[in-house]
Amino acid sequence: MNDFNFKPVKLAVLMAAISVLGACASAPKQVEQVQVPPPPKPVEKPVFTKPEPMPQAEARVQEPVFQPLPENYVAPGSVEDFVASAGDRVFFGYDQSTLTSQARDILRAQANWLSSYPQAIAVIGGHADERGTREYNLSLGEKRASAVKDFLVSQGVSPDRVTTVSYGKERPIAGGSDEQSWALNRNGHTAIVAGAYNS
Amino acid sequence: MTRIVKFLTTFVALLALFGASAHAQLSIDITKSEFDPIRIAVTDFQSDDARTRQVAEDIAGVIRANLERSGLFDVLEPKGFVGTAPDIRYQPTFADWRVIKAQGLVVGRIVRESDSRLSVEYRLWDVYGESQLEGLRLGTSPDNWRRIAHQISDSIYKRLTGEDGYFDSRIVYIAESGPKIDRTKRLSIMDQDGANVKPLLSGPGMVLTPRFDRNAQKIAYLSYEGRRPEVYLMDIETGRREKLGAFDGMTTSPRFSPDGRKLVFTQMNRGNSDIYEFDLANRTSKALTKSPGIDTSPSYSADGRKIVFNSDRGGTPQLYVMDASGKNVKRISFGKGRYTAPVWSPRGDKIAFTKSGGGRFSIGVMNTDGSAERTLSSSYLDEGPTWAPNGRVVLFTREGRGANGLSTIWSVDLTGRNLRKVPTPTGASDPAWSPLLPTRGR
Repeated sequence: MNDFNFKPVKLAVLMAAISVLGACASAPKQVEQVQVPPPPKPVEKPVFTKPEPMPQAEARVQEPVFQPLPENYVAPGSVEDFVASAGDRVFFGYDQSTLTSQARDILRAQANWLSSYPQAIAVIGGHADERGTREYNLSLGEKRASAVKDFLVSQGVSPDRVTTVSYGKERPIAGGSDEQSWALNRNGHTAIVAGAYNS
Repeated sequence: MTRIVKFLTTFVALLALFGASAHAQLSIDITKSEFDPIRIAVTDFQSDDARTRQVAEDIAGVIRANLERSGLFDVLEPKGFVGTAPDIRYQPTFADWRVIKAQGLVVGRIVRESDSRLSVEYRLWDVYGESQLEGLRLGTSPDNWRRIAHQISDSIYKRLTGEDGYFDSRIVYIAESGPKIDRTKRLSIMDQDGANVKPLLSGPGMVLTPRFDRNAQKIAYLSYEGRRPEVYLMDIETGRREKLGAFDGMTTSPRFSPDGRKLVFTQMNRGNSDIYEFDLANRTSKALTKSPGIDTSPSYSADGRKIVFNSDRGGTPQLYVMDASGKNVKRISFGKGRYTAPVWSPRGDKIAFTKSGGGRFSIGVMNTDGSAERTLSSSYLDEGPTWAPNGRVVLFTREGRGANGLSTIWSVDLTGRNLRKVPTPTGASDPAWSPLLPTRGR
């Protein structure tokens, strides 16, 4: 190939050395891309459109029979109703997965609501604040979600209606790195994913 | 003239045979805590073909950058070189290089053998010993020249430190964008030096904690794309991917065994996290821990006989070592603080981990029995160490404070020196360092 003088022994080694480099470990050529459905949406803002006020009867002098619905009207059985009447999040102490008495109150109300609307299906998301390593927090989030589920089941909710998923520290609701944000991010979130009324 | 050259060449050949291979004057003992970096000059490679002239310069540039980043070399500025660039076919004029106190000299040449093939030769000279320490010829397709540069860097590193290098390797990581409350996380891959960044997956699912197998061909990772978050496997050459299996609960924290036959991971069931082993051939799994509470982040020892993991069984998260069968569990972390995310060094002698306390997170290393603990880096949030193939450097994630705090990847020496940010085009987290890439003739 050229007049390059390699030393005898090294030459043998060199010639035997690396000859083809690219073929076996080049950058990935193609990545399979498969469309997958998105996971259940955890915190959907309920789609709630206020009903049109009923037209007033024409020649009546009396008070109208139908009042327009109040501004803060919440349709019974809707996700918004669930959030308003029970609350969809319970909060935990640092590295804790035990339920506070306040959390139990909220979960009793959730169980109550779930018994009123037996079609409703819930997914409990377990969340942690950012002050923990990723994998540990995934396990901690699962512990929290499971504590929520267990309590709901103890209140008579069928275990078939409630599943858990841990997000660890990956889905914070507050972005700050301060006590208040951390406290908000340590939570169990009950998302009604099916069986709620639309309005 | 030719006679002199012939004489010199023979002389150098004899040196290479009897002298250089027996002992090298020029070397660095990186096991010592203090050492002087080696002063090394890397000349632009020569090229007889105009089409490869740029690559010839670029290869030298990549080698210089690799050696400089390692912290073990004082890479001399080409501007300061005296005399002409040496021709690889002849012995260099060593006196020229002693003027600038270069101890090592790297010269090289590219030959364009065809449109589809480059051949690159390189030599490493001991300037003061006036001997050739190493010489290699490497060939590849023209678009793959960076790997040649990395392999030459590894060759230089190995010849001068006595340890394998780590430059011809890649990093899988999670590319991040957006504020903390709405962050997207995508599986990506790049070369060890941050070049050749490529997404490995697109789509809406969040992906976390990728890990390489021993051949740098497969990765295991956690994905939220499916009905529930689970561990997936992907062949990064073909893009083929599959779920690890059908399990009762969410699965996380995968790591391959050193022989590539098994994988350990965490399975969650009714709030309880335990460590499982998965046989990749039989596709069966078996619980290795059965304690209430959190057992997670398992990592095999280099010989595959033990597993270090994280457990809160003692009240706070600490590190434990057990046999690969799950027996003989022993706690190894006893310092003040919470210990998580342990990873066994590929050399087998150390465990890197994340430690938190007092509002800070640090990356540390300890012996495998928990002794000789020391801190390598510390910040608001440093986490998730991963080892260089030679067990000499650790990469980790550093996350910034606040709503827009960015995640970045950093590297640090086993000694705690040479802390550097790894360049990435976006935010980046969860790095996993591959073994040296497989290659013929290594």
